[in-house]
Amino acid sequence: MADRVIYATYDDDHTLLEGAKKLVADGVHITDVFSPFPIHGIDPVIGVKHTRLGIVAMMFAVTGLMLAVIGFRYFMIADWPMNIGGKPNFSLLQNYPAFVPVTFEFTVLFAAHGMALTYLLRNKTLPGMPADNPYPRNTDDRFTMEIRLSDNHGMSSDDLHAKIKKTGIVEIEEKDYVVIK
Amino acid sequence: MHKEAAIREPLILGHKTYSDITEDVCRSIEGKAPRAWYIMFGVSLLVGLYGIGCILYLLGTGIGTWGLNKTVEWAWDITNFVWWVGIGHAGTLISAVLLLFRQRWRMAINRSAEAMTIFAVFMAGLFPLIHMGRLWVGYWVLPLPNQFGSLWVNFNSPLLWDVFAISTYLTVSVVFWYIGLIPDFATIRDRAKGALSKKMYGILSFGWSGRAKHWNRFEIVSLVLAGLATPLVFSVHSIVSFDFATSVIPGWHTTIFPPYFVAGAVFSGFAMVQTLLLILRKGMKLEAYIHTKHVEYMNIVIMVTGSIVGVAYLTELFISWYSGVEYESYAFINRATGPYWWAYWSMMTCNVISPQLMWFKKLRRSLLFTFFISIVVNIGMWFERFVIIVTSIHRDYLPSSWSMFYPTWTDIGIFIGTIGIFFAFYLAFARYFPVLAISELKTIVKISGESYKNGTAPGHDDHGGGDHHSTPVVEEAPAVEHKEESTEEE
Repeated sequence: MADRVIYATYDDDHTLLEGAKKLVADGVHITDVFSPFPIHGIDPVIGVKHTRLGIVAMMFAVTGLMLAVIGFRYFMIADWPMNIGGKPNFSLLQNYPAFVPVTFEFTVLFAAHGMALTYLLRNKTLPGMPADNPYPRNTDDRFTMEIRLSDNHGMSSDDLHAKIKKTGIVEIEEKDYVVIK
Repeated sequence: MHKEAAIREPLILGHKTYSDITEDVCRSIEGKAPRAWYIMFGVSLLVGLYGIGCILYLLGTGIGTWGLNKTVEWAWDITNFVWWVGIGHAGTLISAVLLLFRQRWRMAINRSAEAMTIFAVFMAGLFPLIHMGRLWVGYWVLPLPNQFGSLWVNFNSPLLWDVFAISTYLTVSVVFWYIGLIPDFATIRDRAKGALSKKMYGILSFGWSGRAKHWNRFEIVSLVLAGLATPLVFSVHSIVSFDFATSVIPGWHTTIFPPYFVAGAVFSGFAMVQTLLLILRKGMKLEAYIHTKHVEYMNIVIMVTGSIVGVAYLTELFISWYSGVEYESYAFINRATGPYWWAYWSMMTCNVISPQLMWFKKLRRSLLFTFFISIVVNIGMWFERFVIIVTSIHRDYLPSSWSMFYPTWTDIGIFIGTIGIFFAFYLAFARYFPVLAISELKTIVKISGESYKNGTAPGHDDHGGGDHHSTPVVEEAPAVEHKEESTEEE
C-alpha cells in the first residue's frame, strides 16, 4: 500500500510550535515542517538533529590551510627561491610572516566554498531542482506539518485527524505520499 | 518567544503580517517598472557603455592613454580601485559583523548592501586588471606552472596578496549573498504567475522548500559564513593598505594604514549604502521597513568610523613631524600646502568635519541631510585615496623629476563608466531580486514590529502567538474565538 501523508497547515509559527509539542506528547511522529522562515525551537520537538555543517567547514578550513602551507614551501622555498630584498628565502618558517595574509585568505576561501557546496548538496538545492513544499504559500505565510501514516503505526488516520484538529490548524489534507526528490 | 525592550524603536512600522511583507517586497518585481526606473537604467547603461568603450580604447592603444608619467605612475586607476573596494566593505560588514552582534536592524538593509558590495568589488577588480595593460595575460597572477621555466608568482608581494584577498572576498560575498537569496527566490517562485518567471525563479531558487532541517542548516551556514566573512572584511582592506604601507614612499610607509583604511572603507561603504537606500526606499515604497531609525543607526556608524579616520589623519600629521624624517615631513607639508592643497582640504572637510555633524540628533535623523552628507562623504573618500596616492609620489626624492598628474578623457571616461555600470547592475538588482531579506524580516516582525510592540496588532496577545491574517480586521473575530476554544480544551 502506498504511504499516505497528512498535511496540517497553520497560519502562525507559534501555533504550529505549540501544536507540535502537544502532538508529540500525544505520541504522534511529525516527519517534517515546511515554513517560510526558521521556526526557533521546532528542531528538538520534531527530532531534527543539529547539523554538522560546522564541522564540515572546519575540515575544509584545515584542508585550505594545509594546501597553502604546502604550496608556499614548494613555490617559494623548494622550487624557485627568490631573493627579494634579502628576505630569508631558504626557510619556510623564517619567510612565513610574508605568507600569513594569503594563508588566511586561502583558509577562508576553502572553508566558505566547501561548506556552501556541502550545504547545497545535502539539501538537494541545486539549480533546476524541483521544489517539494506541499503548498505554494509555504514560502509566504503558511506553516505546514507533514505527518506520514507509515511513521505512526499505532494510530489510524481518523485518530491522527482528530488529534491534529485540536491544535489550531487552518487546513488539513490527506493524500498519497509522493517523493519528488 | 524573544521579547524586545519596549523603549526600543520598532524596526517595522505599522501593522505588517507575514504575507504583507511578501507582498511589499514582491510588488515591484511582479508589477511594471516605473518610468523613472527606465530613465535611470537607460542613463546608467549609456554611461557604462561609454566607460566600456574607453576601456576597449585603452586596451587597444595602451596605458599611455592615461595621464600617467614617469613620476606619477599610479593615479586615478588605483584611486578608483581603492575607492570601489572601500565602498564594497559595507555590505559584508552589515551582514556579517552585525549578524554576529545580533543587530536586527541589519535585516532591512543587508540584502541591498550586499548587492552593492558585490557590484562595487566588480568595479574595483576591473582597475588592477586593466592596469596590467595586457588584460589577456591576467592569469599570470595565479601560481600556475608556466612555459618560462619554473618561475612562480611572488608571495612576498602585497600586490599578490591583494589578488587573493579581493578574489576570496568577492566569491565569499557572492556565496553569502546567494545563500540568503535562495529562500526569497522560492517565495517569488511560488507566487509567480507567468510561465517564464516561474521557470526563471524556479532555477534561481534551487528547489528550496523550507523544510525544518534545511532551515536548521541555513542558520548554521549563515552563522559560520558570517564568522568567516568578519575577519575577511578586515583583512581585505588591510591588505589593500599594505600595497602602500610596505613601500618606502614617504606618506605611504606608515604602520597606521591598515586600521585607518578599514575604518575609511566602512565609512565610505555606509555612505554609499545611505545614498542608494534613501532612493530605493522611496522608489519601492519600503518606508515601513527602512525608516529613520535605520538611517540613524547607519549615521552613527558613519560618525564613529569618520572620527576614526579623522584621528588617523591627525596622527599621520603628528608623526610626520615627530619622526624627524625630513622626507616624511615634507610629504605632509606638501599635501596640505603644495599644488594639491585643494584635494587635501576637500578631503579634510568632507571626511573630518562632515561626520561630526552627526552628533546632532536632529541632523542624523534628517533624511535629506543624510543624503547630502552621504554624497559629500563619497566625494571626500575619493579625494582621500587621490591625496594618498598622487600627492605622495608627484614630488619624489629628485626635484628634477617632480611633476603633476592631469587626467585624460580616458581616465575620466573609465571612472565615470564604472559608476554607470555599477548603477546599471544595482538597478537591475532592484528590479528582479528581492531587495529585502523577506524570510529574515518575517522572523522579527513580531518582536520589533510597531503594532506588536504597542499591542495594536489584531488578535495579538501576550505570548506573542496571535492570529493575524492579511484579511481585514472585521473578519478576524472567528479566528480569535477559535483560538480561545483551543486554549480551553487544554
